[in-house]
Amino acid sequence: MFPASFEYHRAGSTQEALDLLARHPEAKFLAGGHSLLPMMKLRLAQPPAVIDIGRIAELSGIALEGGTIRIGATTRHGELAASQTLREHCPILAEAAGHIGDPQVRNRGTLGGNIAHADPASDLPAVLVALDATVDVLGPNGERQVRAADFFVGLLSTALGEDEIITAVHVPFFASGVGTAYLKAEHPASGYAVCGAAAVVTMSGGVCADTSLAFNGISDIPVSASAVAAALVGTSLDDAAIDAAISSHLSVPDPLGDVYASGEYRVQLAKVYGARALKAARDRA
Amino acid sequence: MAHQIRVEVNGEVQEREVEARKLLVHFLRDDLGLTGTNVGCETTLCGACTVWIDGQPVKSCTQLAVQADGTRVTTIEGLADGSKLHPMQEAFWEEHGLQCGFCTPGMILAATALLDTNPNPTEGEIREALKGNICRCTGYHNIVKAVQKAAQGGASNG
Repeated sequence: MFPASFEYHRAGSTQEALDLLARHPEAKFLAGGHSLLPMMKLRLAQPPAVIDIGRIAELSGIALEGGTIRIGATTRHGELAASQTLREHCPILAEAAGHIGDPQVRNRGTLGGNIAHADPASDLPAVLVALDATVDVLGPNGERQVRAADFFVGLLSTALGEDEIITAVHVPFFASGVGTAYLKAEHPASGYAVCGAAAVVTMSGGVCADTSLAFNGISDIPVSASAVAAALVGTSLDDAAIDAAISSHLSVPDPLGDVYASGEYRVQLAKVYGARALKAARDRA
Repeated sequence: MAHQIRVEVNGEVQEREVEARKLLVHFLRDDLGLTGTNVGCETTLCGACTVWIDGQPVKSCTQLAVQADGTRVTTIEGLADGSKLHPMQEAFWEEHGLQCGFCTPGMILAATALLDTNPNPTEGEIREALKGNICRCTGYHNIVKAVQKAAQGGASNG
């Protein structure tokens, strides 16, 4: 099983990658190749050209920048999981990245590739939505920032333009008082999320000052449970408050269903995993 | 269109022309004759094709050979020192950590990479590190015992 023939180009810089894309508008970017190559091997994708961006140094790495943590697009899942900066100041991203696939997959797969592919069962999109992360996108007309909630627009589709490249993702730098948790019910064979829940909680003087909750696996795009979050701000975030907010305010339009897990079952998983994630995040705040 | 690549495989520099779509596993098996790396599921799940790129385990069915240009690749053939087995190979032998042997090269490379970063793993850490390697013969009990034995004997490459 191998891909259909394609032209291979290797870019030495982000600008060169964009120039190559301008010359080969139907080309696909290749970084870790763990979303694109499986699609190409199954012939679900047959791009005439592939632009390898896996060696562009400026696209990789984790650094503090203006009060946020900037993560280059080709930073690998294993690097996210092991990053001391993330583990201390945005632990949910390290936690979720550490749940992706297996060690070999995490050694190759990248953050930018993951979100560009936008698989609904993937772990990171909901985490980025819960974090209100920003995606940096570069195109012929310059750079723009897209909020994670606006980035995922449909099944396997994003707000990324045909002539653009993802350069980085910005996530918050949390100080004390913030707790986060990512929990998932994973498919026993593939490891993909049947339902994943990402929770971020800010506590101040025993009261919930801010919170967010987002899910993957249950819909075409990450589901932000903003009504649940709104109902919890100002409460003590005890178990009863969380359970009540979930049961009254969690709604999932058009839940995904398949032969393994029906839509109804996934919504039930979301209720259970959402409550657990909020409680775990609260306990860590 | 063919691409010239230069890869250090098991310590030997190999320069070859490859087609862009050639997968690393086929480059190793068909072009270099290193058939210890197995083709299993071909879908990045089973781990039979695990090799190291620059010391890190990866699934060579989901890598293009051109992506390996300029890297250092280690396959199961590169572990033994002449006729002297690597301590992880020895431990799999001693603990009977295999039945048919198809998954074994990948298991051994994944397990050895674990000990490089974590020389004294718990049983849970061993099982987690081998999550990407599937054995369909007999389960994982003796495989875990083999890794534990190798850890006691100091089998990392570090």
